[in-house]
Amino acid sequence: MADTAAKSLGRVLARQGILIAFVIFMLGFALWNPRFIAVDNVFGVVRSSAILGIMALGVTFVVIGGNLDLSVGSMLSFSAIVVLDLHENPAFGPALAIPAMFAMTLCLGAINGYLIGYLRLNSLIVTLGMLSAIHGLTLTYSGGQNMDIANQGATWFGVFGRGSALGIPIPVLLFAGLAALLGILLARTPFGRKVYAVGGNGTAATFSGIPRARVVFLTYLISAFCVATAGLIQASRTMGAQNTVGQGMELEVLAAVILGGASLLGGSGTVFKTVIGVLILGFIQNGLLLAGLQFYVQFVVTWIIIILAVWLDIATKRGKLWSPIA
Amino acid sequence: MNNPTLKNLARNGAIWGFIALQLVFFELAGRYWSLSDSAFMDLDSMLLLLKQSAPIGIIAIGMTVVMINGNIDLSVGAIYALAGIVMLDSLGWPFMAAMGDAAIPLAWLFALLTGCLLGLINGLIVWKTGVDAFIVTLGAMLGYRGLVFVYNGEQPTYNLNWAMVDIAEADILGLQVPALVLLGVALIVWLVMTRTVHGRNAYAIGDNREAAVNAGIRVGPHITINFVLIGFLAALSAVVFYSGSGSVNPNDGMLFELWAITAVVLGGTKLAGGKGSIIGTLGGVIAIQLLRRGLNHIGADSETVNLVIGTILIAVLFLDRQLNRKGAEELRL
Repeated sequence: MADTAAKSLGRVLARQGILIAFVIFMLGFALWNPRFIAVDNVFGVVRSSAILGIMALGVTFVVIGGNLDLSVGSMLSFSAIVVLDLHENPAFGPALAIPAMFAMTLCLGAINGYLIGYLRLNSLIVTLGMLSAIHGLTLTYSGGQNMDIANQGATWFGVFGRGSALGIPIPVLLFAGLAALLGILLARTPFGRKVYAVGGNGTAATFSGIPRARVVFLTYLISAFCVATAGLIQASRTMGAQNTVGQGMELEVLAAVILGGASLLGGSGTVFKTVIGVLILGFIQNGLLLAGLQFYVQFVVTWIIIILAVWLDIATKRGKLWSPIA
Repeated sequence: MNNPTLKNLARNGAIWGFIALQLVFFELAGRYWSLSDSAFMDLDSMLLLLKQSAPIGIIAIGMTVVMINGNIDLSVGAIYALAGIVMLDSLGWPFMAAMGDAAIPLAWLFALLTGCLLGLINGLIVWKTGVDAFIVTLGAMLGYRGLVFVYNGEQPTYNLNWAMVDIAEADILGLQVPALVLLGVALIVWLVMTRTVHGRNAYAIGDNREAAVNAGIRVGPHITINFVLIGFLAALSAVVFYSGSGSVNPNDGMLFELWAITAVVLGGTKLAGGKGSIIGTLGGVIAIQLLRRGLNHIGADSETVNLVIGTILIAVLFLDRQLNRKGAEELRL
């Protein structure tokens, strides 16, 4: 009796490993330095994680569908530059610039989705090519110049990055809102189940009548939508952007998604766990800074934590810690 | 295209056909659009091209081996930067400075050892924990880059040693040292992959890991050795480049992994493992470098180059799929 109870407890723990790691981790940091869990510090962390987090929400769909998206970093630069440029264009203004930017970014997502979903090309290489191509597109669009808003006092554009409602920063609200929306979409709708099915076993999904190509296509549209939102926040927060603002972010995003427990093979992961993954990355960064460690040490610590998390994840699944490779 | 030999030729020769096409195109287009007077297919410029291909090319050769094995290494850019820093910084250590120019080979040795050590860490983690190489090296890309910044903050590390520059710029028959190293590495690794047991095992493991285990190949150590190899080659690439330039920025080598993978894939190596060739990768490296130079030659902005290269990568992938539908169906990580 006690044995089965321990076993089922173990099974639950194995499934929620990342959450437990998170709690232990937070307790450890809080004991070390109480300032760590002060309300304003927690808000600060969530706010600074919002851009990365929103991108990670979209990539979660792509990864669960069994693919990768390495183009999100370039796409972030693209959307930030485009929205700033259109904002400065007298024909547009903020009210038109934002939907226009969303449309353009979604077009890029549609290209990804078409090539990977319908033509069945390898997602790693396609999005790698798109990383380069979108970066080139951004540079061509901006002529290599950084963009900024000239008359910052005269526009309400800054509200997405700097504003707050009910005492909560808008980026945090957007992050939480999108997470809730996409979480429901993934966990509670037929579409979400199809994403899992396609990522778990594409061939089986095709045979059971799931439109595999369309599902993959839509995951890339969701990813592009999230990137556009993140780009809007990024541009709005600083009222300006460089061509390289998102460079390298694709890997941080992927790290957050993996840390949340999504398998790169597809078919597993949840929006909630991705949010936890994003928060862990954010709090590690914050905790190390509060502890007075050098900013860059966080990269090394992040590496170790990612590998430990993934290792523990697969070790609990196979019931063995070491040596799966002969 | 039913003839298998013809099909094979079309597949393996495609990259060289592409290179020939580029040469003709840029030569002709250059006459109308180029701002410079010199012809595109000038001998000196082609030799220079080989030299400029060296940093990415040396890494791409290692990447080919790792990818044939069915793995991938995303940390090469960070290893490259860290090895470069170790090399230039070690020249300034008191006991090294006291040795004068005799310290140069020692600095190279330190750099190469750094590369081997970092590769060994990647390999051991992949072997012992069973975590996918993609994740391990993705993390290492962050981690090793962190070490680069920890080493010297955001400051560049520099140490311009003229004796070292002379070695790096020396040339034989017009080929400068970096180009020679690239060709030498390609030759050696090609021999290893085509003539030795290690090479045969690499293809076997990439093709079907379980079958390889059953056949008695020790997969774990084999994979680890290849990670050490690519670490070594990333460091060698840094040695070759920084001996001449004498200054490392902490951001150097970023996106190198992406360029190397692009070259390897252009050269026909399969992401799923089990297929690929060193010669093809050499072709891929040259094709990319040619494209950059060619676009510059006909006056395209450097911005456009990224756009074109990305587009061509996707186009090649599409063509490859059309040419051999069977192999490309279930390519997954």
